[in-house]
Amino acid sequence: MKRTLSLLTFSALGAGAAVATPALAADLNVTVEVPRLTVAEYHKPYVSIWVEAPDASAAATLAVWYDADSKEDKGVKWLKDMRQWWRKAGRTMSFPADGLSGATRAPGPQKLVFSGAKGPLKDLKPGQYNLVVEAAREVGGHEAVRVPFAWGKPGKPASAKGTAELGAVTVAVK
Amino acid sequence: MTFKKRLLAVAASMTLGGFVLALPFAAQAHRGWIAPTATVLSGEIWVSFDAAISNELFYADHNPMRLDGVVVTAPDGSVDKIQNALTAKYRSTFDVQLTKPGTYKIGTASANIMASWTENGAVKRFRGTPEDFAEQVPAGAADLKTIKSFNRNETFVTRDAPTTTVFKPTGKGLELIPVTHPNDLVSGEAATFKFLLDGKPAADLDVTFAPGNARYRATPGDFKVKTGADGSFKVTFPEAGLYWMNAVARSGETGRRAGGEGGGPGGPGGAPGGPGMGDPGAGQQGPATPLAGDGTSASYTATLEALRP
Repeated sequence: MKRTLSLLTFSALGAGAAVATPALAADLNVTVEVPRLTVAEYHKPYVSIWVEAPDASAAATLAVWYDADSKEDKGVKWLKDMRQWWRKAGRTMSFPADGLSGATRAPGPQKLVFSGAKGPLKDLKPGQYNLVVEAAREVGGHEAVRVPFAWGKPGKPASAKGTAELGAVTVAVK
Repeated sequence: MTFKKRLLAVAASMTLGGFVLALPFAAQAHRGWIAPTATVLSGEIWVSFDAAISNELFYADHNPMRLDGVVVTAPDGSVDKIQNALTAKYRSTFDVQLTKPGTYKIGTASANIMASWTENGAVKRFRGTPEDFAEQVPAGAADLKTIKSFNRNETFVTRDAPTTTVFKPTGKGLELIPVTHPNDLVSGEAATFKFLLDGKPAADLDVTFAPGNARYRATPGDFKVKTGADGSFKVTFPEAGLYWMNAVARSGETGRRAGGEGGGPGGPGGAPGGPGMGDPGAGQQGPATPLAGDGTSASYTATLEALRP
């Protein structure tokens, strides 16, 4: 996709979104493993969870975990470090974002269910997508893990594993 | 400057039949830059800048850039101020507070005139601003020759979503028109920009890119691209990092020695009173020599950052 000045965030929804028939009321079940890291200075990672369309644009943002309670800067200062998401979606959004913003999560598996009947997935057209989990950690690294899924009908779980900042990510439409 | 040398100087900034003269990049070229600590930002925060004229990019190893002429243009087009400014031995530093979302332009834009004329049988020389020219050079001076230059040196930072108000052309000198936004650059992706010269497409213009951190490479890594008929060009940044971008458009008499990059008369920094280079009048002994003819020069420099994918 050409990186022009146009806002590219919602291009995947496009004109079709208004007339798209609602997808079946399947939900997107996601498990994200936040790895336990033995480092001198540990901060829980900022994480964005978003849906990437085949043209690499962001079709939907599902969750953003960050430190919205930070007295210093309300946590937004580090949002740009989730830089793929920031470029494709985050920078045109305002924070905190209703239904998306959440606190950072502790190490361990985090089970999430995103409803297909409401919120950002309600108007997602059936098709092939990537679920992207992108993590950035203060005084740590950055990593994005992509898991393909088909939206529109229930499917088998798929998963991928990060190497440093993220553990296993599992996605199932059911 | 002898006639022969002048010819060389002109040739150095031209291409012959599409063949780019393989001049070695002058290692001694003093390049002016304003380098931000970050270009893509979220939330209401501050950005720090270093500004210097140096050999290596982006190490302050020669002269500080004078900050008198540095102007901050806010996303809404209003003029903002630099804060905590300091000019040290080799570099200047300052901060800008990003109080508004959008793209900020931080830079200098200065006009300069070099002139020679004859007065009472003696050759007189002038170099300075158009305002001083109007005051100091007599109207209708005999044998008046001028080289008019316009130099820009700038950088961009964006808080939240990029905006384009600060790129509104003024029609003066060389100006960068974004097709790809300068704060939306990623290594390995082609970016497209366009140059205007006095408001019109700057065709066939050589644009030099020099990556930072040259100290840690065996070769500097500079490369050139050329603008098309519409003034536009494509560039792919091979690696993430800061890049120094420079283009110079000259016509007529150049009044300077060979060397294809940098600024016109007035110095690569483009800042009023900034350390200059290539002033043939400087340090001259004996009677002043006249300019050989009229000329114009427009230079554009920007410090850009390409991010990792």
